[in-house]
Amino acid sequence: MTDISADRTVLSGEEAQAPLFVDAPNGLLRFITCGSVDDGKSTLIGRLLYDSKLLLDDQVSALESASRRFGTTGEGNLDFALLVDGLQAEVEQGITIDVAYRFFATDKRKFIVADTPGHEQYTRNMVTGASTADLAVLLVDARQGVVTQTRRHAYIAALLGVKTVVMAVNKMDLVDYDELRFRQIRADFAALTSMLGLAASEAIPVSALVGDNISSASDNMRWYEGPSLLEFLENVPQNHSDFSQQPLRFPVQWVNRPHLDFRGFSGTVTAGQVAVGDPVVVLPSAKQSQVKQIVTFDGDLPKARAGQAITLVLEDEIDISRGDLICSLKQRAEVADQFQADLVWMDEKPLLPGRSYLLKLGSKTVAASITSIKHKVNVNTFEHTAAKTLALNEIAEVNLSLEKEVAFDPYEELRETGGFILIDRMTNATVGAGMLKFALRRSQNLHRQALNIEKQQRAQQKGQEARVLWFTGLSGSGKSTVANLVEQRLFAAGKHCMILDGDNVRHGLNRDLGFTDADRVENIRRIGEVAKLMVEAGLIVIVSFISPFRSERRMARELLQDGEFVEVFVDTPLEICEQRDVKGLYAKARSGQIKNFTGIDSPYEPPEAAELHLQAGDASAEELAQQVIAYLERSDQA
Amino acid sequence: MLNETDLHAILADPVRRSVLEHLATAPGASASDLAEPFDISKPALSRHLKILEDSGLVERQVDRQFRRFSLSSAAQELDWLKALRIQVTAPMSHLDQLEAESIHIMREVVAEMANPVMMYSIGKDSSVMLHLALKAFYPSKLPFPLLHIDTRWKFREMIEFRDATAKRFDLDLRVFTSSEGLEQQINPFDHGAHYTDVMKTAALKQALDHYGFDVAFGGARRDEEKSRAKERVLSFRSKGHVWNPKGQRPEIWNVFNTRVNKGETIRAFPLSNWTELDIWQYIVRENIPIVPLYYAAERPVVERDGSLIMVDDERLPLAAGESPQQRWVRFRTLGCYPLTGAMESRADSLDAIVREMQIARTSERQGRLIDKDQNASMEQKKLEGYF
Repeated sequence: MTDISADRTVLSGEEAQAPLFVDAPNGLLRFITCGSVDDGKSTLIGRLLYDSKLLLDDQVSALESASRRFGTTGEGNLDFALLVDGLQAEVEQGITIDVAYRFFATDKRKFIVADTPGHEQYTRNMVTGASTADLAVLLVDARQGVVTQTRRHAYIAALLGVKTVVMAVNKMDLVDYDELRFRQIRADFAALTSMLGLAASEAIPVSALVGDNISSASDNMRWYEGPSLLEFLENVPQNHSDFSQQPLRFPVQWVNRPHLDFRGFSGTVTAGQVAVGDPVVVLPSAKQSQVKQIVTFDGDLPKARAGQAITLVLEDEIDISRGDLICSLKQRAEVADQFQADLVWMDEKPLLPGRSYLLKLGSKTVAASITSIKHKVNVNTFEHTAAKTLALNEIAEVNLSLEKEVAFDPYEELRETGGFILIDRMTNATVGAGMLKFALRRSQNLHRQALNIEKQQRAQQKGQEARVLWFTGLSGSGKSTVANLVEQRLFAAGKHCMILDGDNVRHGLNRDLGFTDADRVENIRRIGEVAKLMVEAGLIVIVSFISPFRSERRMARELLQDGEFVEVFVDTPLEICEQRDVKGLYAKARSGQIKNFTGIDSPYEPPEAAELHLQAGDASAEELAQQVIAYLERSDQA
Repeated sequence: MLNETDLHAILADPVRRSVLEHLATAPGASASDLAEPFDISKPALSRHLKILEDSGLVERQVDRQFRRFSLSSAAQELDWLKALRIQVTAPMSHLDQLEAESIHIMREVVAEMANPVMMYSIGKDSSVMLHLALKAFYPSKLPFPLLHIDTRWKFREMIEFRDATAKRFDLDLRVFTSSEGLEQQINPFDHGAHYTDVMKTAALKQALDHYGFDVAFGGARRDEEKSRAKERVLSFRSKGHVWNPKGQRPEIWNVFNTRVNKGETIRAFPLSNWTELDIWQYIVRENIPIVPLYYAAERPVVERDGSLIMVDDERLPLAAGESPQQRWVRFRTLGCYPLTGAMESRADSLDAIVREMQIARTSERQGRLIDKDQNASMEQKKLEGYF
């Protein structure tokens, strides 16, 4: 047991005269610790900080007073967990909620530790911590051995590409330092890591509370001949130490243009090396050039390598912008817009296939949607199950479709050009983290059929502008009534138009879809695509759909060119719609016979900037139709 | 093995030298990889490769139908090739890694956000952050202004240093002081925590709103304090600059989500992963100018509640019988002079400071009186919008 009055190291004269720069010969190692509070994870980190003499006097005295107030390790003992639990809520509840970053150093190496919470509800936090880690320290309680949580942690580490996982079998003091117990756990762990394809794995018997095998060999376990945990961490190779041997990858972050005579591309070399004179290719444009200059604040370099932040100047004036990837000419990255990927869902709101999200890969951001969920993975049993949506912390293999082509490498080969995040377009929250596996079809092989007759010519032939009039509003708001009147007026004026009505389409094309959020998204996606084909035929398409979600209306809008999509918001108060209840649906929804009914138990998100906002409460359908016709006449003239 | 004369003859040819250099850093290259940089025919290159093979400098392996070349063990021992290999394969030093990471963060924020600003508090962390920013955007000028929240109680030497720095680098420096605080004559002696709220927290929020900055770079480090250890590099703030520690955006790899809606802002911390010692070592390595108050000198101080407070001007009220004494002191952290404790020290050079750092037994925030107000006070201040 550690006593509060434990001897604080007194510095010898020799240490005081230590040279200023002993650059740690083994560089910087980032690692993650996984395990729950019960396994003693925070205690382990506190112990590492304490043993490497990184706790300062005022921190120790703060820890002493906190140990007295909140400590759980008994009278007179330091509760190291209190060192690492930073947020007030964490200290009060005795749990770890979020990733905490800690720093310590030895003569050999500097360390950054990401301390992550263990429970399943914090899977996204562990993914965050693991994403930048070279190594994972997996903690188990010697009394419990490999448990469900251990399997989950090992799986996530493997998924995020943390190749080295070391198991710290903690609380050996509580099993009387029993060698046999340790061997059993080590065998279970070896079986687990080999199943997950993890390369190196080591198991070390420790007691974080007492200090056995943490920074030095333990007298209590003479049967153990391996390294102490700290020795192991000091000497293990970095995950990506061989980055420089890979082909060049340089994502352009910022076009550096101080004046007309200088145009450089700033970014960090994520893999490989680059030298003046090297031939390079810019993706996705596939334009080629040669490196003319490698510019830094500290002078030009002849050569740079993975990890360095530099500015490249090329020989040729080619069009390059942020998000492009500069690659070695010989071993270039792939370019594609359809992928298979592993995806971790990180948002409270579920993933909806078909919905448009923003995907950020390196410095490139494009619109993307999940086209299908192949299966989700039970993180505890590794079983695959079918899924239509993903909830918070669920992990799945999915197919993705991007609005534009991007250059990438499989995540397994290179984290930086294979790992992406998904962003919700309304809330801007980071909702997912994905790892690209492979392109579903190479975009090079995919050619759209070139059309001889253009959309404009088809529309001109009919003497009109092709458009989609998208009527949105609650059930019973009068959308279809107004839409029908508009169609009659247009037809009478000699225009070629076609109406797509929600109910009618659901009887045919979309009869396989229900009313869950996921199905509603798919419903709108199909309508959008049909409307687009009709616009290409030169028609005025009138769509009348509740279409309750902004993001799906935006998805439909983005299928078309600017000006072709006219959003018409039929704004009738819910009370009036419910009063009308033409189809008797509100009554059924209120009595619970229909689920997921918009306005009752499913939300309606009103448009924020519709081209036309019809205040439909009092006005007659004729008046409203006239407003639509007037809008079309105005914009045709414009 | 070759004698010196033969070796010289072989290495006299620039193509052969270049082939060896290439193989030193990329073993297993094919003949066509090696031919790429040269404007010579394949047979000509083959002749050079044959000379290198015959001399025992290069070895060939056949991998299916490909011929692959590598350096022989003898060639690997040549000093010039050895140095080249180490340069490419040795791990980057931790300062180089931290520097590159900070530059990456700054470029990402500037490329994606509309109206960035850099908080400039004049301290050592600000000096390092400014230095990194000059590197990140070189040869362009800084693509954003600097903002200093001036409480009017900063050390005089800090203000002199601030103005000299702005002039030296031709910076767009904005200085902001709470007009409300000035009118009400809010001061650190009579108003305690209220002073920090009005002159720092509220003033910062007013300044950000006034200029419409959507992102502010700050020099905070995760090793400073427990709640900072849990904060993201890009710390999202909802309307009113509020931090929600339980709802932080996950930050995965080095892919940063900079997207905000109108009225929302981000605080960006490019020094998140630096420690205090890293900062000092970097200041030494890069020879970065810092405010002279960090160096020990004889200064007039009074001792209050165990802290040494410097009498920087006549506004510091002295208690009956209290008189300033000249003592050798320096500051580990700089802020408002009445709230910043000095430490006794003779470290009057960077070297001496770093040595003192390496054996320090207290953390730097101990010198800051405002953190001691209440338990978890920094977390509370951050919730309210203080950095």
